[in-house]
Amino acid sequence: MKGANISNTSLLLASSLVLVSLLFSYFQKLKLEKETIISVIRAVVQLFVVGYILQFIFGLHNPVVTTLIILAMTFNASYNAAKRGKEIKNGIWISFISIFVGSGITLTVLILSGAIKYEAYQMIPISGMLISNAMIAIGLCYRQLAANFKSRRNEVEVKLSLGADIHMSSIGILRDSIRTGMLPTIDSTKTLGIVSLPGMMTGLILAGTSPVMAIRYQIMVTFMMLSTTAISSFMACFLSYRGFFNDRKQLI
Amino acid sequence: MIKLEFKNVSYRHDNREVLHNLSVQFAAGDYVSIVGSSGSGKSTFLRLCCHLISPSEGNIFLNGQDMLLQNPIELRKKVSYCFQEPILWGTTVEDNVTFPYQIRNQKLDISKVTSLLSDFHMTPDYLHHEIQNLSGGEKQRIALIRTMLFEPEILLLDEVTSALDAENTELVEKAILNLNQQGITILWVTHNDEQSRKYANKLLTIEDGQIQSLEVIK
Repeated sequence: MKGANISNTSLLLASSLVLVSLLFSYFQKLKLEKETIISVIRAVVQLFVVGYILQFIFGLHNPVVTTLIILAMTFNASYNAAKRGKEIKNGIWISFISIFVGSGITLTVLILSGAIKYEAYQMIPISGMLISNAMIAIGLCYRQLAANFKSRRNEVEVKLSLGADIHMSSIGILRDSIRTGMLPTIDSTKTLGIVSLPGMMTGLILAGTSPVMAIRYQIMVTFMMLSTTAISSFMACFLSYRGFFNDRKQLI
Repeated sequence: MIKLEFKNVSYRHDNREVLHNLSVQFAAGDYVSIVGSSGSGKSTFLRLCCHLISPSEGNIFLNGQDMLLQNPIELRKKVSYCFQEPILWGTTVEDNVTFPYQIRNQKLDISKVTSLLSDFHMTPDYLHHEIQNLSGGEKQRIALIRTMLFEPEILLLDEVTSALDAENTELVEKAILNLNQQGITILWVTHNDEQSRKYANKLLTIEDGQIQSLEVIK
């Protein structure tokens, strides 16, 4: 396959682009030089390590290892999503279940439809995309949920005082939070190919795949992102809203 | 018959004692005006009455049974609370008056709604009015109607006429008196001296989180 080939020399020359950012920061007194250098070094080291690890794992052809890696990625994403919503009780476990189910259902459909195979070189990158998208959506849901329970506290209490259950009292907040989690994915879906050529498609084209074939992959990715985001956002919101109430159905 | 009873009730929030050792009883059919300066704990008292919060110490009994032993949802259907600031949701008035029916899995009783609208000098086409176009007084009347659709055993009112003009205040007072005459117990927080003695048979004064007096005025 003919495709873009990046040698060590071209990578080194490309690193001079970091200087642009450093000079900009220096002359504009943004005080971001130290942070930029650390982040660049971290990115390079992390990516090299990941590159070699993935090459090793892809060579193993072991579904157990693949599954363990996907679970580790899910846990890591859950931890990060939970950090976005400190007010959410059991945030890590709710995120874990939501991401696991959301990406699990999507992956199952993709495998059963023959779109992908349970091979490390396909499962790990695709799971990574799904899990990270779900993580961002859940983080947004948590923030919106917490903000809404604060700003719409009176509305929830009026509904409770009319004799509504906690679900009926919170349904408006839940819908709003799920929408918030899903909107970025829907928005980026709308502008696909017009505003941006997404990472996966760009990667395939650079690797020499024809654009017509690359869009097929991108369409699949778009479908799976939408379903994972929807399932994960819905589950995370519905599992976490109860934490805003005590067992006497009072708003905490 | 004792409808509602507070026994040595205290309530703390953020390490501050908002209510301290309250003991008081209300009989079925009582019309109680609750007065006291701002921040004295009147609204907290009402929130305890409808179990939106629970006492830090002591017990509250509704119909002789400890509230903590009762189903909170069923309990709140018996003790309704109308807030000082009217909170409406959805788009139209209909969205709001439908809510009490939705939570009971019932269809909107249009004759009941139009009858209450008429009690508050509002025509049936108000149902289709958008809530963003309503005045403060209209919003408060809709909030009251929403609370009154399924007649509760106790109606808690938190300065509900403070944003209304004299004419609308009188409408609300008459509607509440009418409910009381049907046997509904009324607990009404008010800052208006004249209003507090107009129809009530008891006057409860709360100051600094404590009951200062419970006067029988009628």
